[in-house]
Amino acid sequence: MTTEIPMDKSTDTVKVSTAEATPIIPLPHAAARGLTVAGSALALIGTFLAWTWTEEFPGNLTVTGYPGGLQVLTLVGSVLTLLFALSGYGIRGLGWLTPGGKNSPVLLAALGVFGTTGYAMGAISQELGGLVNLEPGAWVSGIGALVALIGALGLPVDQPYGAGEAAPNLWGRIRHSLTAPDPGRAKELPSWAEILIIAGGFGVGLYVFAYGIGTEYSELFIGFLIVAAFGFTAVTRAGLLKRLSALTAKHRNVTLGAAFAAAICFPFTQSNDQFALIGANILIFATVALGLNVVVGLAGLLDLGYVAFLGVGAYAAALVSGSPASTIGVKFPFWAAVLTGAAASLIFGVVIGAPTLRLRGDYLAIVTLGFGEIFRITMNNLNGNSGPDVTNGSNGIPQIPDLEIFGFNLGVPHDVLGHELTRSANYYLLMLLFTAIVVMVFRRSAESRIGRAWVAIREDETAATAMGINGFRLKLLAFALGASLAGLAGTVQAHVSYSVTPEQYEFAGPVPPNSAFLLAAVILGGMGTISGPLVGAALLYLIPAKLQFMAEYQLLLFGIALMLLMRFRPEGLVADRRKQLEFHETGQLDVPEDKPLPEGATGVAKAGA
Amino acid sequence: MTTTTSAPTTTTVLDASGVTMRFGGLTAVRDVDLTVNSGEIVGLIGPNGAGKTTFFNCLTGLYVPTEGKVAYKGTVLPPKPHLVTQAGIARTFQNIRLFANMTVLENVLVGRHTRTKEGLWSALLRLPGFRKAEDASRARAMELLEFTGLAAKADHLARNLPYGEQRKLEIARALASEPGLLLLDEPTAGMNPQETRAAEELIFAIRDQGIAVLVIEHDIRFIMNLCDRVAVLVQGEKIVEGPAEVVQADERVIAAYLGTPFEGAPGAAEAAEVEAAEAEAQSTTEGDDK
Ligand SMILES: Nc1ncnc2c1ncn2[C@@H]1O[C@H](COP(=O)(O)OP(=O)(O)O)[C@@H](O)[C@H]1O
Ligand SMILES: [Mg+2]
Repeated sequence: MTTEIPMDKSTDTVKVSTAEATPIIPLPHAAARGLTVAGSALALIGTFLAWTWTEEFPGNLTVTGYPGGLQVLTLVGSVLTLLFALSGYGIRGLGWLTPGGKNSPVLLAALGVFGTTGYAMGAISQELGGLVNLEPGAWVSGIGALVALIGALGLPVDQPYGAGEAAPNLWGRIRHSLTAPDPGRAKELPSWAEILIIAGGFGVGLYVFAYGIGTEYSELFIGFLIVAAFGFTAVTRAGLLKRLSALTAKHRNVTLGAAFAAAICFPFTQSNDQFALIGANILIFATVALGLNVVVGLAGLLDLGYVAFLGVGAYAAALVSGSPASTIGVKFPFWAAVLTGAAASLIFGVVIGAPTLRLRGDYLAIVTLGFGEIFRITMNNLNGNSGPDVTNGSNGIPQIPDLEIFGFNLGVPHDVLGHELTRSANYYLLMLLFTAIVVMVFRRSAESRIGRAWVAIREDETAATAMGINGFRLKLLAFALGASLAGLAGTVQAHVSYSVTPEQYEFAGPVPPNSAFLLAAVILGGMGTISGPLVGAALLYLIPAKLQFMAEYQLLLFGIALMLLMRFRPEGLVADRRKQLEFHETGQLDVPEDKPLPEGATGVAKAGA
Repeated sequence: MTTTTSAPTTTTVLDASGVTMRFGGLTAVRDVDLTVNSGEIVGLIGPNGAGKTTFFNCLTGLYVPTEGKVAYKGTVLPPKPHLVTQAGIARTFQNIRLFANMTVLENVLVGRHTRTKEGLWSALLRLPGFRKAEDASRARAMELLEFTGLAAKADHLARNLPYGEQRKLEIARALASEPGLLLLDEPTAGMNPQETRAAEELIFAIRDQGIAVLVIEHDIRFIMNLCDRVAVLVQGEKIVEGPAEVVQADERVIAAYLGTPFEGAPGAAEAAEVEAAEAEAQSTTEGDDK
């Protein structure tokens, strides 16, 4: 992006030069920055050299002059470090990179480079049997990364301790050095520039996402996770994310449009059907998670059996799909199948909700957990032996035919704009339409009288009823709406996966979506937000799918990750403003964004601070 | 400040008769009759644990009274809180119950729930009436925030308001449902004298809008200034009712409640004690409404 976000020069200098801004490693400022720049440049140069001698290590790191595989990640990380570090010199044209923190982004990016380079060196030595397998290039990058990290640790912290404040222990100081002040308000740009920035932001997002899905071996994915996590945090600390979200909040419809445009572009970045399938499955998972977010995030109803509604939709669609295994044997057109699936889920939701929603809190969770299991067991038993033959029991309904919409067969590849869209890509695009519908439903219902009533019930049900809200009715409405949204997704899922079986709809299992993972996606991503469950679902699907070698430990790691997250970021990855305030008491009252002040006033306020 | 008792045409807004509430062996409210007329501010006083809050809960349908009935403007109310609010009785809570993580404006908008109609379809399809109704609601909510002096904080989270303003917000939220009768449960608890005086003004202003007010209060001076009529509840029973001066002089009241004649006004220490005891009683009683 070439647009420069003008920023205010007065904020940084004041803080950085304060005496209390002690770095972790006491180095003169100039030396620290010099080391960082030199180190990251060295790491960057190293990526152009060979890291190992044999192609046995995946990704071919033997070529000199052309980085590949894990080297690319080190390269990207060191470029990021370099840019942030140079921005600290006040170089013209780079200032916009760090409107918030100046030095913590450098440290975070350096950590990312160090992490991924170190990981790559470790993985090479381990897989090939010893450090001897490392070629000089790896050492160049590794030492460069280390030097950059030392330099970055020598940079002054962004938020100096107050005069009387005692500096905490080392761990506390390190954590503190990773924090950064919020950026000041950005100057107004012309609308087209702001929209361009949003588009650029989504472009980068799409690229990173597509790269992650397209990683072909687990070493690359782990390296990707390291760089992405640190890089993302660095960009956040630099204040760029705040700037971007200020823009997206201002141009909400543009943002939605850009997000969907980026999502539509995704299948065009993939030529491999397998990766497009991952994309389609992520969308199904994410859409269902967003539906659950209506129930959990807005109305505050803890539903532990939500996946059953997906199952009802999928079974309904499978039964009317014209599959030879269907016991009904009818074939509805797709639109009718979708309505059938949604209606079946809706009815199921109301039938379950009506008796259970009179319960509060924990009881509701337990009862929904029970109903989720009852659904699965019932589907297993409607097999002609232990009950009427409706679902073929544990065999499920296989051979669900591919959809044909307006003569467009989703089962075969099509050439669109010179790119071949595979079967999974077709379904991905169809599913995206449903995701869009669910996003729209979530957004519109949340911003209405009904959505406010849901949130009120979540906050304090007694007070809500005393304000004239019919608690039971509104909870049932949320429950039924959530159910039908899951049912919608289920109708597509049945076709994507060719068959529906009871085992797909468990409480917890290795393959998302299941009730536990759905709930985790909502909580991990950020309750009550739109992007939260989408991000959460993408991560929760992608990580197990890419790291299959640790399948046995998957649930354990999942548990550890959740615990860490709840400890350090209880509001989830994407926090709505409320949650952020709720979990991180800042000691000061919440001061919402004021209306933009006139030009001069901002400067005065800043100078006074 | 003096109060005018008689509006030209007085109608009965609230008519509670024979309200009794038993919790197992404990009779918290025993056979209480109370009427509130239009244009009136009626006080309800009594020592801690006398059953005042329980009586309010019976009126608003949070509790289903064991016996007795509650009528609003001549119609008997079903014991369902949302229907009571719909009918026109709004209330505040002794222990503030705001929607803490909603903004001030949103809190008031929730109060508008019964007076707006837009359902889910209207919201999803953004039917023509939707924007209009939403805008009208917002405008009305902002008016109420102006009225209670909270307009500048419309976008703050309710939980971040100082105590006194939280109480005001509860009143604004209750007013949003366009009630004919407002029930206030200790609206000045925890307020300093200035805030208390401001609350007094606010309640008069509410009455002047044609809304009858029934208020529970500990602050005797406040009650005396404010109320046209005072009822005294002791151990669940209404022992006296009448104009403030009469009640104040009644020896049963003095014995049961004030302890000493009013001239030796309750000291600050005593008031604090009352506060603490009340808070404690609250934590044990309010936890499980219904
Ligand atoms: N839900 C309940 N269950 C059992 N006892 C209750 C309940 N609510 C109130 N009480 C009892 O009723 C009595 C009156 O309480 P309350 O109405 O809160 O008094 P006041 O508001 O006058 O201080 C107390 O003894 C209290 O313990
Ligand atoms: Mg009370």
